[in-house]
Amino acid sequence: MSIQYYIILCLTLFSIGVVGVLTRRNAIIVFMCIELMLNAVNLLLVAFSKMYHGLALQNAADTTAGIDAQIFVFFIMVVAAAEVSVGLAIIVMMYRNTHSVDINFLNRLKN
Amino acid sequence: MSTVDILFYLLSAFAIVSATMVLISKNPIHSVLWLIMVFFAISGHYILLNAQFLAIVNIIVYAGAIMVLFLFVIMLMNIKKDAEPQKQLLVKLTGVIAGGSLLTLLIAVVKQTSQIQNKQVLLKEGTIGLIHPLGKALFSDYVIPFEISSVLFLSAMVGAVIIGKK
Repeated sequence: MSIQYYIILCLTLFSIGVVGVLTRRNAIIVFMCIELMLNAVNLLLVAFSKMYHGLALQNAADTTAGIDAQIFVFFIMVVAAAEVSVGLAIIVMMYRNTHSVDINFLNRLKN
Repeated sequence: MSTVDILFYLLSAFAIVSATMVLISKNPIHSVLWLIMVFFAISGHYILLNAQFLAIVNIIVYAGAIMVLFLFVIMLMNIKKDAEPQKQLLVKLTGVIAGGSLLTLLIAVVKQTSQIQNKQVLLKEGTIGLIHPLGKALFSDYVIPFEISSVLFLSAMVGAVIIGKK
């Protein structure tokens, strides 16, 4: 499978996430679209790691080249879990203050 | 066309359709369920790439923990189906056009880049995605980031509790 198919798939998923952030007003849906973008990037990292590993296998049979990308994906998942817990706590606090999850209520930082 | 190719196309179509449904759904709970479908499709891709550890972790952490947290918060708030105020049509159209332009631009760049022409991804082979090599790398080269991430989790936990108690 060519790497370009993977890149195009991940770009499509990422763009869907971008469109979601731009068009929806529910803060939780916006947050979910950010998770979608993170996952698209994760998939692309794993695809690139396998591409690099395939290239390195031609020179040495027992190489572990490309394993760094998969460790990186693991750390992205770790950070995403921490981010979601804090972000949802902020959304719950915002809901308690305004009784809405509409992100247009958040523009008071502007003034 | 081999079985792997067919699986790739099926999983890709499934992922893209589910991701679109996340945006289209009016009910937030349906959005969460469609996003879980996206995560399962991406886990299928990981298995296709022989990254078995990440496939399992993706299901456990994302589909199992994070999305349940989302579902829990949505049900706790009891958001009505049509309570969400819609953005104006012009704003929506602008967002779709902006995202579509980004996609078109990036795909054009990818099509023209010469370094990645004819590069193949190793499917269903290679051992770097298995638990044994990953564990070795994680606890030898990456042991300091691994330990620091525990501090990150502790601070996230403290932060979530403090924000929630206010």
